Amino acid sequence: MNSGDTGFLLVSAALVMLMTPGLALFYGGMVRSKNVLGAIMHSFVCLALSTLVWVLWGYSLSFGGDLGGIIGGLDYLGLKGVGAEPIEAFPTVPHYAFMIFQCMFAVITPALITGAFAERMKFSAFVVFVILWVTLVYAPMCHWVWGGGWMGSLGALDFAGGAVVHMSSGASALAAALLIGKRRGYGHEAFIPHNLPMTILGAGLLWFGWFGFNAGSALAADGLAASAFVTTHIAAAAATLSWLLVEWFHRGQPTTLGAASGAVAGLVAVTPAAGFVGPMAALVIGLVGGAVCYGGVMLKSRFGYDDSLDVVGIHGLGGAWGALATGLFASTAVNPNGADGLFFGNPAQLGVQAVSVVGTIVFCFIMTLVILKVLDAIMGLRVSDEDEVKGLDLSLHSETGYNLT
Amino acid sequence: MKKIEAVIKPFKLEEVKDALAALGIEGMTVTEVKGFGRQKGHKEIYRGAEYVVDFLPKIKIEIVADEAKVDQIVAAVQQSAHTGKIGDGKIFVLPVEEAVRIRTGERGIDAI
Repeated sequence: MNSGDTGFLLVSAALVMLMTPGLALFYGGMVRSKNVLGAIMHSFVCLALSTLVWVLWGYSLSFGGDLGGIIGGLDYLGLKGVGAEPIEAFPTVPHYAFMIFQCMFAVITPALITGAFAERMKFSAFVVFVILWVTLVYAPMCHWVWGGGWMGSLGALDFAGGAVVHMSSGASALAAALLIGKRRGYGHEAFIPHNLPMTILGAGLLWFGWFGFNAGSALAADGLAASAFVTTHIAAAAATLSWLLVEWFHRGQPTTLGAASGAVAGLVAVTPAAGFVGPMAALVIGLVGGAVCYGGVMLKSRFGYDDSLDVVGIHGLGGAWGALATGLFASTAVNPNGADGLFFGNPAQLGVQAVSVVGTIVFCFIMTLVILKVLDAIMGLRVSDEDEVKGLDLSLHSETGYNLT
Repeated sequence: MKKIEAVIKPFKLEEVKDALAALGIEGMTVTEVKGFGRQKGHKEIYRGAEYVVDFLPKIKIEIVADEAKVDQIVAAVQQSAHTGKIGDGKIFVLPVEEAVRIRTGERGIDAI
């Protein structure tokens, strides 16, 4: 056991934890003020709910003994066998540290999806959805990529969760947006972000926490962690600028929401690549990521679905670009435990990455659709028209976000 | 007694207040309101999508005054709130039945 690795991993876990309240603020500022608490509640409750699912059976299903490449076993049910001592797979850190670090990923991923059904979902249905989604979608994805399942065995590279976190939430968000339907008034009423300063604060916290997300995924306080830290930061910076530039060109002015969204898009795109690519590759990944995700956000109006907070455009598309970019730019010079990508003489990697993209999107979309359809039949997903107009804060929580006078 | 209600552009409030003070008007009530007339809204852009915001912020000033002073007040407000551009606002004059000063119980003109 190594105190540097352990310290760094624990701190990284804390950084990733902070991303969830950060996301709460990021999303919260973008909805209408009558729904600010509803949006915040979604993310905040994931901290509690997802954690419980994780420690009871989620961790085990993700990282337990492999069953046919599809799912983990029940070896770690209730954290049985998880302790302060390291295990063979991660010999320099306590097993607890690895488990709790991964827990924070399981927490934020369902929280990301909430952007798709913001402002109209029943809280009771939401709670059940999170429990089912983490169990039936997240845990398998996590197992497939990192827990010894088929995607990892195929050689798919995903350093910190481009597939497990971003493509999964993006694809699931699409299913949710399509099934739940558009918000009342979508298309003719102006749904304007009510508190952009809060959104920008959230984006700042996300950028900060992402260092834990990506650099921490090195699971060691070493050169690779530093490398991932650097690529993460560069991609965020590049994507901020490219989104702003595209926006400036397309709409005539740069916006603060654009800057914040660009940063997040870059961070998403670099997530699978962070510990496999070099800094200049990260620059390109960010530049393209910002532009691609801007386009992704436009898709909404083109196809007519109400993905309220752009989970599909940013996490889905950004994650897919990042996964493919990893297939282009990965280099064993950066990480000998990775692989080389197309630009380093191994075009096959791009194919493997493409398989992971398709596999992730198809599985997550279909599974989420099934879960939501069942929930809709049993308990209904959507609040009543009256509650939707009144606002979730009052109708679901009997609270107002701002009591200013 | 009459009530003068004026809906004006927010940045004109100081000027109007000063013009009224020069006339000896000792009190007014001011509210932040939203509205539009012939002035169209403005557009805002969020993530590439354009939104037209119809309602514009305005200030409503309410003054209750003796009938004899109404013409001066209306003129003062109209001149100080004027910019010449669409959206300058409107002034309305309404009759007031009764006024009471809460502290002393005075009624009518003595209460204003």
